[in-house]
Amino acid sequence: MNALVLKLLVQRIALGLLLIFLVSIMIFLGTQILPGDVAQSILGQTATPESLANLREELGLNVPPLERYLNWLGGVVRGDLGTSLTNGRDIGASIADRLGNTLFLAMWAAIISVPLAITLGLVSVLYRGRWPDKLISAVTLSAISVPEFMMSYILMYYVAVQLGWAPSVAMLNDRMSLLDKLHAISLPVAVLVMVVLAHMMRMTRAALLNVMQSAYIETAELKGLRRASVIWRHAFPNSIAPIVNVVMLNMAYLVVGVVVVEVVFVYPGMGQYLVDHVAKRDVPVVQACGLIFAAVYIFLNMFADIVSILANPRLRHPK
Amino acid sequence: MPDHVLKIDNLKIEATAYPPGEAPRRVTIVDGVSLTLEKGKVLGLIGESGAGKSTIGLSAMAYGRGGIELTGGEIHLNGREIRKAKGAVLRSLRGAEVTYVAQSAAAAFNPAKKLMEQVIEATVSHGRASRQEAKERAVDLFRKLGLPEPETFGDRYPHQVSGGQLQRAMTAMALCPQPDLVIFDEPTTALDVTTQLGVLAAIKGAIRDLGVAALYITHDLAVVAQIADDIMVLRHGKTVEYGSTRQIITEPQQDYTRALVSVTAKEHAEKTSDQPPVLQVTGLSAEYRGMGRDVLSDINIAIQPGTTLAVVGESGSGKSTLARVITGLLPQKAGQVLFDGRALSRDLKGRSREDLQELQMIYQMADTAMNPRQTVGTIIGRPLQFYFGMKGAALRDRIVQLLDEIELGAGFMDRYPAELSGGQKQRVCIARALAAKPKLIICDEVTSALDPLVAEGILQLLYDLQQREQVSYMFITHDIATVKAIADSIAVMHLGKVVRYGQKSKVLSPPFDDYTEMLLRSVPEMRLGWMEEVAQV
Repeated sequence: MNALVLKLLVQRIALGLLLIFLVSIMIFLGTQILPGDVAQSILGQTATPESLANLREELGLNVPPLERYLNWLGGVVRGDLGTSLTNGRDIGASIADRLGNTLFLAMWAAIISVPLAITLGLVSVLYRGRWPDKLISAVTLSAISVPEFMMSYILMYYVAVQLGWAPSVAMLNDRMSLLDKLHAISLPVAVLVMVVLAHMMRMTRAALLNVMQSAYIETAELKGLRRASVIWRHAFPNSIAPIVNVVMLNMAYLVVGVVVVEVVFVYPGMGQYLVDHVAKRDVPVVQACGLIFAAVYIFLNMFADIVSILANPRLRHPK
Repeated sequence: MPDHVLKIDNLKIEATAYPPGEAPRRVTIVDGVSLTLEKGKVLGLIGESGAGKSTIGLSAMAYGRGGIELTGGEIHLNGREIRKAKGAVLRSLRGAEVTYVAQSAAAAFNPAKKLMEQVIEATVSHGRASRQEAKERAVDLFRKLGLPEPETFGDRYPHQVSGGQLQRAMTAMALCPQPDLVIFDEPTTALDVTTQLGVLAAIKGAIRDLGVAALYITHDLAVVAQIADDIMVLRHGKTVEYGSTRQIITEPQQDYTRALVSVTAKEHAEKTSDQPPVLQVTGLSAEYRGMGRDVLSDINIAIQPGTTLAVVGESGSGKSTLARVITGLLPQKAGQVLFDGRALSRDLKGRSREDLQELQMIYQMADTAMNPRQTVGTIIGRPLQFYFGMKGAALRDRIVQLLDEIELGAGFMDRYPAELSGGQKQRVCIARALAAKPKLIICDEVTSALDPLVAEGILQLLYDLQQREQVSYMFITHDIATVKAIADSIAVMHLGKVVRYGQKSKVLSPPFDDYTEMLLRSVPEMRLGWMEEVAQV
């Protein structure tokens, strides 16, 4: 590791932290500028002057916004996400379980979709313009074109109800073995894979085709190498940066964008939790979820940047 | 095995062209070319760009770039017909029996892989040697080709070595599988003259020692004369003349060949002027941000009205940086630029419209210097509108007048850059510079990307325009022949300094400093045995 790479990496990480900080301000402001008084909007028609005053006190609404923000931020930094308004439980503890479940779902979707997408991308470049390429494009594009909830219900109807191969509701508990858990989440994982596959596959294909125009690809072809090894050994190492970027974007989507799928399959993840508490106007929970989702996005993109830096031979091995 | 390595009979190569706004049509790129190459011999293919040289070279590997198809004739490699051969057969030949050295080694090496990995790849994948053997061979070749630290050279990545070294490494890559035929496609064209000499000598030595046959493709007859046994002159995809190197150089039979042989541009008489200089640069130094050292130091030059100063040197010597400082694109660190008696602002933003108008620039790549979506008329008309507020009929008349001056004519007004040849594009760029009625035009390698005969025409045009308009040129080039043709005074640059400066007659006559002598000695001369004299191969 040389000084230049180290400097770039430190810069990226510092930028990531700065972004999270800015996002925290935006999330806080966003929940503050909701029309009307937060306590009023939470209590709605049941509000009495006493209950309003109590709730304001409880929420700390009597303290100036800046101080409130700093209190909240201070709590977040110490790992204290506050307490839920609706059930009075510690948000951190509730989220820990949920986040674990969401990450479990996202991880399995990623483990299947990333290698599959990259392999399909490589194959479609190998057979560019011939039927395997067209077939891959058509299938992945159709998969992404169907809305997630629709795809979920279609799978639920055929695979769970008609064939009975998988449960239609993805419930998890601690007593289940890994295999049982995988069986339970098979349908949501399938839907997520289909949603993210096309984007990653097409980006892999485009990045590879872009590199295939290079003079060094002609050199490799004129060495009499097979097309597959030209693509794998010469084109792929030079397309890692754009591929990693789009993979990370989709990973972030898997964590953040699973709301619909989690709700449809009644999966006890972050999405369910967020939707429940948005309906109940539980502001601290919404803030905490927003911050965690933002952090996931920023972290994964930062990771993509770091991989791009490390994959660049000019940076790794300076003159 | 037959004694000829490569035998091409009546080769025909076609492609489908897609002209803008017209239906696609078939074009013939190479027509009726036949040649024979014996073991251990070198055949030079020479001609201007578009003559089909590279296409013929690649046909020896049965390879066509883009939509190019080998549609007729026979290609025998080691006695086997390969034009109609398919995938697996072709793969077994490419990189084994026949290998390729590309013009730009910098682009032809994979930036993500170490040099050794790439040099031995074909040898190992075709099973022509074990990994260990191939590595030993590569190190031997690195040594033979004069690369530094041959034992560890292969551990580097392409961006860690210089252009000349990459070109040698590419030659090593081509020779490593011990092929019967190597195709050299303009291997020294992108290099500086001093580097070119070394690479050329290394290639010649390696070919001779290993006894391989070679097709050597170039547009520079003086270069091919040093290395080839036979020469084929090509034009528009047809053979113009085919004979021994001695015959082509000393007794060319065809007019076109004669023109190529005597292309050394006319030398114009040196002009002097006692008027105050239009440009005077004193004590100039400059650096790029973060580099921490001067790329230009203590530059002192002057250009008289109506004369040409040639700035000559290798790439990296600071020639183009000097142009960037004078035009204000790179603010200088110290020193002064006096233009027509007034001091120019360091920064482009601080320059008046008059400064901008009177100092124009023409670039090496006419292609990228023009907006492909604008017509020639719009491109030339822009400075007329911007500086002089011309419009309507007056604008049109002036554009036509300028088009006449660059010998294209009013018919070109509505054409797009893509419809012009390389030389015509450069002429449009000249007209655009001229439209501003400048006092000084900075010409940055304006003929380097052009074929010799076309370049000669451009130089003549620039000279005629100077006679008529009394404009001064600062002519940046690495080509001594161009300097001799057009310069009145010369500044030789090396490592950011002017090492020799003065009137042409003085700069080009002895006694020389070491660098200028090496530069002059490295320019290929159109005669047999020149390289042996200067390089002691």
